[in-house]
Amino acid sequence: MVAKEKSDLKGKPLVSIVSAGLSKFGKLEGFYAREIFAEAAKEAFDRCPNLDPKKDIKALFVGHMGESYEHQGHTGATMADWAGLLHIPATRTEAACASSAAALISGIYAVLSGLCDVVMVGGVEKMTHRTTPEVTEYLAMASDYPFEQWHGITFPGLFALMATAHMHKYGTTEQHLAMVAVKNHYHGSLNPKAHMQKEITLENALSSRVIAWPLKLYDCSLITDGGSCVILTKPELAKKFTDMPVHIIGSGQASDTIGMYEREGFTSLIAAKLAAKKAYEMADVKPEEMDMAEVHDCFTIAEIIAYEDLGFCKPGEGGRLVESGDTKLGRRIPVNTSGGLKAKGHPVGATGTAQAYEIYLQLTGQANRRQVKDAEIALTHNVGGSGATAAVHIYRRG
Amino acid sequence: MSEQAQPFTIEQFYKQILQGKLMGGKCKKCGKIHLPPRPLCDNCFSKEFEWIELPQKGKLLTYTVIHVAPTQFQGMAPYAVGIVQLENGLKIPGMIRGVAPEQIKIGMQLTIDFGTCTATQPWPQWPRYHFKPV
Repeated sequence: MVAKEKSDLKGKPLVSIVSAGLSKFGKLEGFYAREIFAEAAKEAFDRCPNLDPKKDIKALFVGHMGESYEHQGHTGATMADWAGLLHIPATRTEAACASSAAALISGIYAVLSGLCDVVMVGGVEKMTHRTTPEVTEYLAMASDYPFEQWHGITFPGLFALMATAHMHKYGTTEQHLAMVAVKNHYHGSLNPKAHMQKEITLENALSSRVIAWPLKLYDCSLITDGGSCVILTKPELAKKFTDMPVHIIGSGQASDTIGMYEREGFTSLIAAKLAAKKAYEMADVKPEEMDMAEVHDCFTIAEIIAYEDLGFCKPGEGGRLVESGDTKLGRRIPVNTSGGLKAKGHPVGATGTAQAYEIYLQLTGQANRRQVKDAEIALTHNVGGSGATAAVHIYRRG
Repeated sequence: MSEQAQPFTIEQFYKQILQGKLMGGKCKKCGKIHLPPRPLCDNCFSKEFEWIELPQKGKLLTYTVIHVAPTQFQGMAPYAVGIVQLENGLKIPGMIRGVAPEQIKIGMQLTIDFGTCTATQPWPQWPRYHFKPV
């Protein structure tokens, strides 16, 4: 790998994040999604005393994957109402597990177009009150119905198909997968808002029960309740709201076939590679300049593939990258310091902006025990379904 | 119904599965073969197709064994599913039966089995083909 260039910050800000909020992630018994989203919104408001939410926020985009969990659709207006933001325009964005990255992109469009000076973007999902078979069925709705769901292929099953292919082609091992889980659980142990704040051992991970071979329980992200949001504004207005903005300097989104089986190969995600290329070009930065990243580790194999798709290592070397320890806090490029989807949890609609929240904390020096020293440039990578949607964003300290 | 009158849809694909045929839609303009058939060619935007019978054999590209299944499949777990590349290069997923999971290998030759297909239920329920070793 090429050495990092720390000093030369490039890239023109598209929009600026002036505040962010995150609910506690976990099993939030007795709370509806709207109440969880309100908790995230309250944190974002409290962090930014110069913001008058009712006066300043001109629109809300909120990611939410499934009506089935709470038998509740029409999420945009619901969340605007419970965040105290009536009567602003409010729209739900849906792109499976990338639903709130889609909200973030919608917010960037709204601000860059000049139509809105300030917008709130976020996401929410309430999942834990449902049984595992029910959640398995609802999540599978993000995959192809007539050829994947209909033939009994689950969501872990799709990523297991990728894992088997990756292991066969590159010699990636079940131990490599487990190392991702061990690392992210360690990071989660440093995050007071993470669903799981307990470290695990390689042995715990390898001996956990099989979900979809070769993926075991500890290879899977958590079924979690949570909400997240960030406040975006024009870069020239950022200082009005905060002395510590975080600029978004690159944004890329791409699509692929809904059916994974139709794709050319199963060891990388074309949509993620295209989204990354677009974001890197827009930001005028290279992968090796990233100080840290939050990537979509819905399953451990997904983090290994993300390393490769994002250019943190060459294709096929993701397993060896996690083994080297270089993606752990304190090392070359810490990945998923929040604990990731694996330990922080994966309330699907909330995940994209929860990743942005972690970057906001890190680049403003507010990540406490898990702070990446001198972090200036960072990246988020959010994947919908088995890769039919991918979004990559690049951030720079303001 | 004549083949010409059948729309190039997923429903027609599965109706032909019920008759023991694996059929794709070949674009009359650019020649791209679609599995499943589509009403609009994503390559050249033509809407003119002809049905083409696809090879029933292929090799296994990747697989998994599902232990935690959705509600309707719970009685079948654990079961193997994989993605098969047919002899003409097109790919199709399905369950793999007739072989112990530990004996499944990437690259093994599989053939489609229509044996368990039952009558078509109301949309969107289809007959389920599966794959078995050659």
